[in-house]
Amino acid sequence: MTAVISPDTHHDDAHEAHEHHGPTGVLKWLTTTDHKIIGLSYTVTAVLMLVIGGFFAELIRVQLSAPYEHFLSFAQYNEVFTMHGSIMIYLFAGPMAFGALANIIVPIQIGAPDMAFPRLNALSYWLYLTGSITMLSGFFVSGGAANFGWVGYAPLSNAANSPGAGADLWIGALLLTGFSAIFTGVNICATVFYLRAPGMTLFRMPIFTWNLLVTSILILLAFPVLTAGLIMLYCDRHFGTHIFSVQGGGVPVLWQHIFWFWGHPEVYILALPFFGMVTEIIPVFSRKPVFGYKGMVFATLTIAALSLGVWAHHMFTTGTVLLPFFSIMSLLIAVPTGIKLFNWIGSMWRGQIWFSAAMLFAIGFVITFLIGGLTGIYLASPPLDFFTHDTYFVVAHFHSVVMALVMGGIAGLYYWGPKITGYLLNETIGKIQFWFLFIGSQVFTLPLYILGLRGMPRRMAVYPNNPGWQHLNEIATFGAVLIGISTVLFVVNILVSWKKYPAGDNPWDGHTLEWFTTSPPPHHNFYRLPQIRSERPTWDYNHPEAPALTHGTHEEK
Amino acid sequence: MKLEARILLVLGLFFAIMGTVYWIWSGENAGGMMIIAGGLLGFLPGSYYWWWSRRMPVRPEDRDGDVTEGAGFVGAFPGTSIFPFTLGAGAFFAVLSLVFGFWLMVPGLGLIVWAAIGGVAESRRGGTQ
Repeated sequence: MTAVISPDTHHDDAHEAHEHHGPTGVLKWLTTTDHKIIGLSYTVTAVLMLVIGGFFAELIRVQLSAPYEHFLSFAQYNEVFTMHGSIMIYLFAGPMAFGALANIIVPIQIGAPDMAFPRLNALSYWLYLTGSITMLSGFFVSGGAANFGWVGYAPLSNAANSPGAGADLWIGALLLTGFSAIFTGVNICATVFYLRAPGMTLFRMPIFTWNLLVTSILILLAFPVLTAGLIMLYCDRHFGTHIFSVQGGGVPVLWQHIFWFWGHPEVYILALPFFGMVTEIIPVFSRKPVFGYKGMVFATLTIAALSLGVWAHHMFTTGTVLLPFFSIMSLLIAVPTGIKLFNWIGSMWRGQIWFSAAMLFAIGFVITFLIGGLTGIYLASPPLDFFTHDTYFVVAHFHSVVMALVMGGIAGLYYWGPKITGYLLNETIGKIQFWFLFIGSQVFTLPLYILGLRGMPRRMAVYPNNPGWQHLNEIATFGAVLIGISTVLFVVNILVSWKKYPAGDNPWDGHTLEWFTTSPPPHHNFYRLPQIRSERPTWDYNHPEAPALTHGTHEEK
Repeated sequence: MKLEARILLVLGLFFAIMGTVYWIWSGENAGGMMIIAGGLLGFLPGSYYWWWSRRMPVRPEDRDGDVTEGAGFVGAFPGTSIFPFTLGAGAFFAVLSLVFGFWLMVPGLGLIVWAAIGGVAESRRGGTQ
């Protein structure tokens, strides 16, 4: 089909040209190349993975709620925490970040009719789906699913220590999802570089699209390294190579270098898209332009640049890495991240804040991410890291970060859901869901910090010699239950609001191009486009009387 | 186009400097090599964009372009296609053959070849719709 972007004046004629006739039902899902349907498939699959991964999290918390609980066997516990981490990182957070909302929103935000490579985009989704099935099918083979932790450290992950098909399925799943990510990265880069609407200069792109562009560059830098590492690991397991084993002259720490060279940029690959979502939401619900637009962009680019030089802060205690280099680089990342935090606060400052569910989740993101970010600064310091490495302090740190990302993602779903489906979600249930998730997240993570400082190690199924840890673990389990309730409330909200509250084209009085088109958008996204002369083209079109004010001023001078 | 090129080139330059400093300071080969390779990923597309940006007029999306300038033909997008699914299924079987036995490579490769031929033929027709 030929895409035609038509100017404002001819939209009635263009309407006819955009009518799309194709297969329906399952065949439509199997053959679609429409970025919106692919993005929706990504969203549904990723949320399903969140529910499965969250279920495993609840199993872990039940097991740890007593010092010598027999709820899970040791073998089951190893499988459950491995698959919890693997599902959440590889199958939920990543695809949710750069596959789901990114796929739907990025082309619309820059005024493009579709992604640059629609069929490659569909392939990305199929690789992601088959990768997910591959990883989960580990539970149905003899020996069970992978059980060496989501990081798969050598030599634990070699054939002697982790025999069985589960580990190989884990490797295969990461190969598939890795290629899925790389293809999505290529696609988003090409879309942003080549399919922008006239007038949409790079420095007029919405921050969400900017962050996705930088995320895609990071994907292209990081994911091939992981894929290469996985092939080496597979060769070690099956073809008799000794890349990661000492016996044959290999170097086990090399796996950690390769894994974390992907793994730390991956943290920003996960985080930057959610930063972008929040940066879209906060200004819209504060009735202000984003504070420090260029500062935000340069902060994102700086985070991406620095993220390639911090991987070995996961490896301080191996004794084989250059401590000052990695410590300096890791501490430096706090600077651009801090700029972002101040800009979010600056965007809200003296705005007319509308505390919708999306805005509440965005504010929850900022607070929770601040906790996770600040504790990350401690961990960047080797003396502190030697003390807390592999304790629950680290677990608490990254769970604060990822719970913040979950809030950012749900904020994005409340904000853009109406654009995708045409219907709003129930605001009251959304607000109740927010308080369950926000309070639950803090009740869940804060005790883990104290447990870590008291020396509770990660990945232990029982702690019979330290019954004093029980009370804090019980509190954390209670927090996990609150988070579980919030997830149930989200599903309830979707069911309750199903096709009930029509959204209209622009329910939030949004700033960016996606609010200019219909909800849901037509097959190639736009019947017409406004002139693009700022980073808020839809706002400029809807509010021609509103002057562009300098920050800090109240009235037109 | 110039700005796109500049972003990639600056990233590449940063990685080249950081990689050199790291490699000399630490003497650790894997990380040094990986950062330098990251620099190449900046330089390669960056210099290509730079080369092109000097040889083409400024695009409407890089200046205060009018919406009408973007009107008309953008490109042929296949409306629907089964071949991404076929290729994905082929890759799925190929990966499963690493775990459950090499015979699964037969359907895997079959689907991949079918998707490659079908997809290319579809592109020549300009998409199915």
